[in-house]
Amino acid sequence: MTASPSTADAHLPDFMRRDRSWHPPAYTPGYRTSVLRSPKCALLSLEQGPGEKTGPCFRADMLHELDNDLITNYAAATGSSGVALGERIIVHGRVLDECGRPVPNTLIEVWQANAGGRYRHKKDGYLAPLDPNFGGCGRCMTDAAGYYFFRTIKPGAYPWPNHGSDWRPAHIHFSIFGDAFAQRLISQLYFEGDPLIPLCPIIHTIQDERAIQQLIAKLDMGEQRPFDCLVYRFDIVLRGRQQTFFENKREGL
Amino acid sequence: MGEKPMPVEYLKETPSQTAGPYVHIGTLPAHAGLPVRQNETLNAIEAPGERIVVEGIVLDGSGAPVKDAMIELYQADSKGQVGEHTLWGRAAAMFETGELRFDTVRPGALAWRGGKMQAPHLTLLIFARGINIHLHTRMYFPEDEAAHQVDPALNRIEQVQRRKTLIAEKKKDGHYRFVIRLQGDQETVFFDM
Ligand SMILES: [Fe+3]
Repeated sequence: MTASPSTADAHLPDFMRRDRSWHPPAYTPGYRTSVLRSPKCALLSLEQGPGEKTGPCFRADMLHELDNDLITNYAAATGSSGVALGERIIVHGRVLDECGRPVPNTLIEVWQANAGGRYRHKKDGYLAPLDPNFGGCGRCMTDAAGYYFFRTIKPGAYPWPNHGSDWRPAHIHFSIFGDAFAQRLISQLYFEGDPLIPLCPIIHTIQDERAIQQLIAKLDMGEQRPFDCLVYRFDIVLRGRQQTFFENKREGL
Repeated sequence: MGEKPMPVEYLKETPSQTAGPYVHIGTLPAHAGLPVRQNETLNAIEAPGERIVVEGIVLDGSGAPVKDAMIELYQADSKGQVGEHTLWGRAAAMFETGELRFDTVRPGALAWRGGKMQAPHLTLLIFARGINIHLHTRMYFPEDEAAHQVDPALNRIEQVQRRKTLIAEKKKDGHYRFVIRLQGDQETVFFDM
């Protein structure tokens, strides 16, 4: 994978500050692993420079044809013509910034458990079986209007040791780059109506119920693929650039 | 098309969630054991300039290695430019030891605001299970002492003894070690930028 040039402009406007009360704090004892992995000192606030206002820029041509199809991409990579087991879904939506502007040509990476709640990962030993036709790894890019989609199977819930056996609701992990390192974000997508959502200590690291709602994909029956796939809508918002009221125009502009 | 009016109601940024223990599946699938993208070596950055090795480890509040950490690197090229030669990388801690490594080039001094300069540094983002929102830190080079004296980030750190948490140890020429401490007496400085 190679990164190509992005806009190297020190004069780019700053990003709005991150609203840290909207994100989960570092120390959340309900999620026990955070206890020893949370800094105790306050974060150091610093203005952004060119190293924060630019970032890696990925090209669509680095993606493989099946990267956005988790139903077939693993089988194809292993020389099988099989398809993944489970409830077939498409996840789609737009990536916008806080000002409502689309974020085009940005890379989204996704990973998830299979329909039984098992990850294809060296460290996952859950007793649910691996699906020989499911890897759980995908990528896609937003188009010029910030729109993206990928096809997969709905992941299963799985247990994990926290307070005894806690259960993760069905979720898809996603990673997104935006235009600048300041916009970098990793989070998780949940599914509307999942009864495990109110019980999940990881979701409840987020203090504001409205912020939690932002992570819940909505069933989009209007877009269903008849006799094929259910569709979920999931929009993503990245940090927005501030308006610049007194920007010195560069020569020639 | 005319300029859109300034929005008075902003959208809220999508909240972060931990990358979890299986972050490698989506970001470094070969490390997770998936037989895809086997040839992808995101921790080896090819660019003109002086080659360097940066080895590192993330330690938790008990001093134990964070063996599931994933770190992303963003840096200026050897001439101090970002953008034109975007240098970005990604490395995973070894499951057995927590050690990780980047092979890259020594960055040049990067511009700062108002015509000032920053000392050469690597920007690092740390993702792991138990980290609810990624941690943003920087690694500086021990031999750049003069540049450190005027670096805007290092100078913003009021507790002078904490500045050294951002300065790597030089093992030998071109080989550095950087220990990131998430918590404790020598807690690394993390930024909100
Ligand atoms: Fe998970």
